[in-house]
Amino acid sequence: MAELFVYGIVLGSIISLGAIGLSLVYGILRFANFSHGDLMTLGAYVALFFVTGPLAWLGISDKQLLPFSFSLRIIIAFPLSMAVVALVSIIIDRLIYKKLRDKNSSLVIMAMSALGVSFIVRMAVLIIWGADFRFYRPGVLRPALMLPLGVKMRPDQILILGIVGCLVFILHVFLKKTKMGIAMRATSDNMNLAQITGINIERVIAWTWGIGGALAAAAGILYGIDVQLHPGMGWNFLLPLFAATILGSIGNVYGALLGGLIIGVAQQMSTAFLLPTYKPAVAFLIMIILLLVRPQGIFGGKAKTWK
Amino acid sequence: MANTDNSILTVESVTVGYGEADILFGVSMKVEKGQIVSIIGPNGAGKSTLLKTIFGCLRPKSGRIFLKNEDITGLKPDEIVRKGISYVPQVENIFPTLTVIENLEMGAFIRNDDYQPRIEEILELFPVLRKKKNQKAGLLSGGERQMVAMGRALMLDPQIILLDEPSAGLAPKFVSMIFEKIREINSTGVAVILVEQNAKEALQMADHGYVLANGQNVLDDRADKLLANEKVRELYLGG
Amino acid sequence: MEIGGLLAYLVSFAIMAGIYAVFTLGLNIQWGYTGLFNIGIAGFFCIGAYTSALITSPKPTGLYAEYVQQILALGLPFPFGLIGAAMASGFIAFLIGIPTLKLSEDYLAIATIGIAESIRLIFNNEQWLANGPQGLAGLPQPLSGLVDPRYYNYIYLLIVIITLVIIYYLIEKAIRSPWGRVLRAIREDEVSAAMSGKNIIKFKMQAFVFGAMVMGIGGALYAHYTKAISPDVFTPLYGTFIIWVMIMAGGSGNNKGAILGAFVVWAIWIGTKFMTSFLPYTFKSRAPYIRFLLIGILLEIILIMRPQGMLGEEKKVSRMA
Repeated sequence: MAELFVYGIVLGSIISLGAIGLSLVYGILRFANFSHGDLMTLGAYVALFFVTGPLAWLGISDKQLLPFSFSLRIIIAFPLSMAVVALVSIIIDRLIYKKLRDKNSSLVIMAMSALGVSFIVRMAVLIIWGADFRFYRPGVLRPALMLPLGVKMRPDQILILGIVGCLVFILHVFLKKTKMGIAMRATSDNMNLAQITGINIERVIAWTWGIGGALAAAAGILYGIDVQLHPGMGWNFLLPLFAATILGSIGNVYGALLGGLIIGVAQQMSTAFLLPTYKPAVAFLIMIILLLVRPQGIFGGKAKTWK
Repeated sequence: MANTDNSILTVESVTVGYGEADILFGVSMKVEKGQIVSIIGPNGAGKSTLLKTIFGCLRPKSGRIFLKNEDITGLKPDEIVRKGISYVPQVENIFPTLTVIENLEMGAFIRNDDYQPRIEEILELFPVLRKKKNQKAGLLSGGERQMVAMGRALMLDPQIILLDEPSAGLAPKFVSMIFEKIREINSTGVAVILVEQNAKEALQMADHGYVLANGQNVLDDRADKLLANEKVRELYLGG
Repeated sequence: MEIGGLLAYLVSFAIMAGIYAVFTLGLNIQWGYTGLFNIGIAGFFCIGAYTSALITSPKPTGLYAEYVQQILALGLPFPFGLIGAAMASGFIAFLIGIPTLKLSEDYLAIATIGIAESIRLIFNNEQWLANGPQGLAGLPQPLSGLVDPRYYNYIYLLIVIITLVIIYYLIEKAIRSPWGRVLRAIREDEVSAAMSGKNIIKFKMQAFVFGAMVMGIGGALYAHYTKAISPDVFTPLYGTFIIWVMIMAGGSGNNKGAILGAFVVWAIWIGTKFMTSFLPYTFKSRAPYIRFLLIGILLEIILIMRPQGMLGEEKKVSRMA
């Protein structure tokens, strides 16, 4: 049981990264970004591209860095992929969402277009890499399980917690101390007033997508390191991501962090009596109960609706 | 015809509406440097709409708006704010999850210079805020929030500040305090366009007053003359 | 391709397009007229198909019974399957609607995604229900004894068309009635509609269930055409997304548009098959993904350039589609 809890935290931290990005986008752009899960998929596969492509050609060593399961290549590919997905997210916004925004399209149309983007991204991944499962370092037996305090964890997983912690900390500093960070929070509070104040909304939006995309990519890569890559991985995260975001109150970064952990633990604990494939359904059930009982999430604030 | 004498803002015969329905019909007004101009009139007269139009939130269907000699009709809010006009909406006029200081910092978003001295000045103006400067603005009382809203608008050293019903919903002790602060702000040379339900106070502190009803100019005159006006007293000042 | 072959091809095309047209009509009731953002069509598709299958398939006998588990096998004739499909879909919609219809649009959308995924997961994992991932095969086809199997599709096409026409007629009647006007008022401006004293939730529920029943019938038609179904048919892609592309292409809030959209987008879908048949061998396995990529891009183009679809909305109810 304790082991399920611990792994739930690990999984939950990955969900958190995605949920934080989703929460930011939801809070500022006010529409349900159904493509967020597939941005995770994109991040994982872009990293795979770097690992098997340019970094291999450059002769970067693929020697396994014990006690972890990966090599130097993933370490280099990680930030590269985050940057690529950040850029792609901004480009998608310029190409698609901005055009719809400028036409004052309804938020339903925007959510629908996000759904379309999710399929486009997934198809692109399927076209390039096919439907099989992939690994960053194939053939590696997950290195020996550690046993601190009687609970088993892989060194990879401890690192995942560390990386998520770091990224969240960096984000925290960014949102608190930088002008753009404060402007993002301001825009999330009240976009109208932000405009009146003279804040450049389009720039805020670009930063939002960049950060959201980068965090989603990171989450995808971490999942790929921990488990595996497959083209549907992001879509399977969609329900947990939304559940976590709503649980933590939309627009609230720390709420999304907590929400992700809670959802992760709940999902993992459910495997004690349900098949693991039902995990998204568990997240979904939690979300439905939440929406009925306390739609504004743990931290309240306006229950962000479209109306 | 745009600029005469001391006027820094001239609104010439603007007609504004949402879609088919018009709210303002050929409304004009003028603000001179350093003046307090109050706009009074019944509910639904279009007073707030006039402020929104000046600030560029709404585009006039006809008519012009001049800032000194410059035609600013149809400019968007982010351009207007750069010209030296600031706007404090009636509701939702602060960033609730940001601290007082962060609200002020956002007010200075488009400034590239060091705005710390200005923050100091604002805190001087509103000493109550100094104690609460790291509190989330949404947790403050109504009067304190209004001060944050005005402080935010003042961060850019505007020539003109537009205030939409600043005393609305405030407890009486805060009402007089807010009006006091508006006088103080004006004394530093900032022109104020004030839309107010509280017509008496609004005219008492103003230099000039405009009476708006049904989206049209009804009357305008020096504020003291309006206060003495029989009709005005009867209709708008409660006799 | 000689004329016989071409004709046969067109008939299969028309059958599939017609089946999808049933789905778009169902979605139109929910979305086009009532503004319910249902991204879980695949769920009702699945329920309708499986219900009809379970009602109409004969009890497995002999060796076959060793391999197949299913909760029901009533062996009843086709019309029972259709009715059962509609009822089951409608019932599930009712259950789902109770908690979710009071949610705002975006939350409703997410909820419908969750429901469709959950339904698919259940059918995939619960072997006892309908044979799990292997699904059900050998589904009976109505009136199959009547003609030579080579010409059976003509009969099925007739069945599909008749069903489509009946459903179209029923929906048109409902929409023009006072009930339909309330739906449209809800879609236009829910707040005012509520203030005029109507029980909004009740109307939404009725539209939701009605639409789901139509989708259930579509599922049944699909099942008996393909004669075999399994959970991986009812994916978000084939079971939900493509139907949305169809309704956006044709025009939401417009029944003729819905049908037109189904035929046009299905034609494009078949068209992409031709396009990809020219691909070099190495890409052949990627063909379905390329085709779906194009459909996805098509949707984006529609949303950006012509969100009202080909026929636009029916009346002057010109709120953003």
